[in-house]
Amino acid sequence: MEQAKELLVNMGPQHPSTHGVLRLMVKLDGETVTWCEPDIGYLHRCFEKLSEFKTYPQVIPFTDRTDYLAAITNELCFVEGTEKLFGDAIVVPERAQYIRVLLAEFQRICSHLLALGAMAMDIGAITPFLYAWRDREKMYSLFERITGGRMLYNYLRIGGVRNDLPAGILGTPTDGEDKADQTIWGFINYFDSYVWPQWEALVTDNRIFQWRTQDVGKLSAANAIAYGASGAVLRGSGVKFDLRKNLPNAIYDRFEFDIPVGKAGGDCFDRWIVRAEEMRQSSRIVKQALAWLAENPGETMGKVPRILKPPKGEIYHRIEGARGEVSCYIVSDGGTNPYKVKWRSPCFVHLQLMPLICPGQKIADVIAILGSIDIVLGEVDR
Amino acid sequence: MAENQVPGQELDWLNDSVVVSDAEANQNVIVGKLPAVVQKVLGWGYGNSTWPLGFGIACCAIEMMAASCSKYDIARFGSEAVRMSPRQADLMIVAGTVNEKMAVVVRRLYDQMAEPKFVIAMGACASNGGPYWDTYNVVDGVHKVVPVDVYVPGCPPRPEALLQALMEIQEMLKTGKRGLITKG
Repeated sequence: MEQAKELLVNMGPQHPSTHGVLRLMVKLDGETVTWCEPDIGYLHRCFEKLSEFKTYPQVIPFTDRTDYLAAITNELCFVEGTEKLFGDAIVVPERAQYIRVLLAEFQRICSHLLALGAMAMDIGAITPFLYAWRDREKMYSLFERITGGRMLYNYLRIGGVRNDLPAGILGTPTDGEDKADQTIWGFINYFDSYVWPQWEALVTDNRIFQWRTQDVGKLSAANAIAYGASGAVLRGSGVKFDLRKNLPNAIYDRFEFDIPVGKAGGDCFDRWIVRAEEMRQSSRIVKQALAWLAENPGETMGKVPRILKPPKGEIYHRIEGARGEVSCYIVSDGGTNPYKVKWRSPCFVHLQLMPLICPGQKIADVIAILGSIDIVLGEVDR
Repeated sequence: MAENQVPGQELDWLNDSVVVSDAEANQNVIVGKLPAVVQKVLGWGYGNSTWPLGFGIACCAIEMMAASCSKYDIARFGSEAVRMSPRQADLMIVAGTVNEKMAVVVRRLYDQMAEPKFVIAMGACASNGGPYWDTYNVVDGVHKVVPVDVYVPGCPPRPEALLQALMEIQEMLKTGKRGLITKG
């Protein structure tokens, strides 16, 4: 009897490990993947078209909802882009800049926690996911006190931030674990002394986890650059490129931090290590921002006209988001609405890597690869 | 589908479960009460083990995860067993924006679920399109595709709101009646 050589397997759109509504078509020869193609569009919500009918401040909540795991960084991208359009007309107070960086880095920790937890869960370890959520809930309660929202904030404003930090939220450097959900210092100390070592011991040093991820889904540095990868995927492949260092937006040039890179040739484990290490670097930045904010009270909103009408022109602004390079291209025709907003999302670019990485891997490794490139479908489809 | 949806109407699956003839009922008082007892036991069982379908679409799915994780712990309500197969699930939580491409999938998943099945529309997008209501690709309200039992407002709703919706569903299962049973 003649046997079929290849089997076409359809993963998704309802699948536990596709991080939302992604459909992957995979061709299998035995257990080995020979072809892989993502099918997107299940969450296309017309963000770019919708922006053309909203005023500039009205677009900010929609940027939240593109990458809903790292909302602040998206807001930061759009807000800074719009401020750039105004040129010198809008000056953002220094305190607002620090609050923005503080929250963006805090958000990065929050986002990476879920990325790591979800990747571990996809591979088969459920416990890290629950630990991730234990800590994320603490961060959520802090975010809620600062911004009013748990996940989607609408907190940054063109020209500053909506409100100053509430009293007592910063805490003192001696705050310990018991204040982890009350003060930022408390959480950062708890993170450094307890959370990170726990992840290290529980997952990173775990032999089974290493076997599942090492030498799986290798992405060479040349390919990573050619495909336009950014963020942890690019750095996992050994390319030392971080927009916070190479092209600093906001006030990132005032902070001291290192850029972790992968050393084993860009496999899933490298990307994991880079993310885990980035969380520690973010905690370093947060500490520096906290020290500055504690000593420098002041205004958090610059002088902004009541009706925002940027001058005619166009701008391309790129920042380092939690998943990679988030950038926006805004065209202004001088009116109250943007003429066009184009959003460059890292996840969309990273998803193009799947057909490149997956062939030759086992079917179970596709899940690990998908977890390691950490996509958010809201951002892929926008 | 449509006749199942009349509020207050009793669910078929509870009525047809046990048939007792009048003669038997007259002979034995306990047998006469059997249908009511079985109804109660079934409702108690279904109500306390409402397994949701593991199906997150957008932002609300993150809050759904939050509800099922450490702090809010949906296991207290017997719904921690998230089934990835629609055939084993009782409850579909539509967590996120449903667009034209996704609507087909949502309907298909709903059709694959076994009775009794319930649907929670979680968040503004699933309820009426939310902030995306006037765009070219978004279905404004998942009720255009599947019948919805409980709507949860919010963008995204807090996990507590989802838990209350779940309790409403449990109440429907326990009493055997579809429709909103307000508990104040």
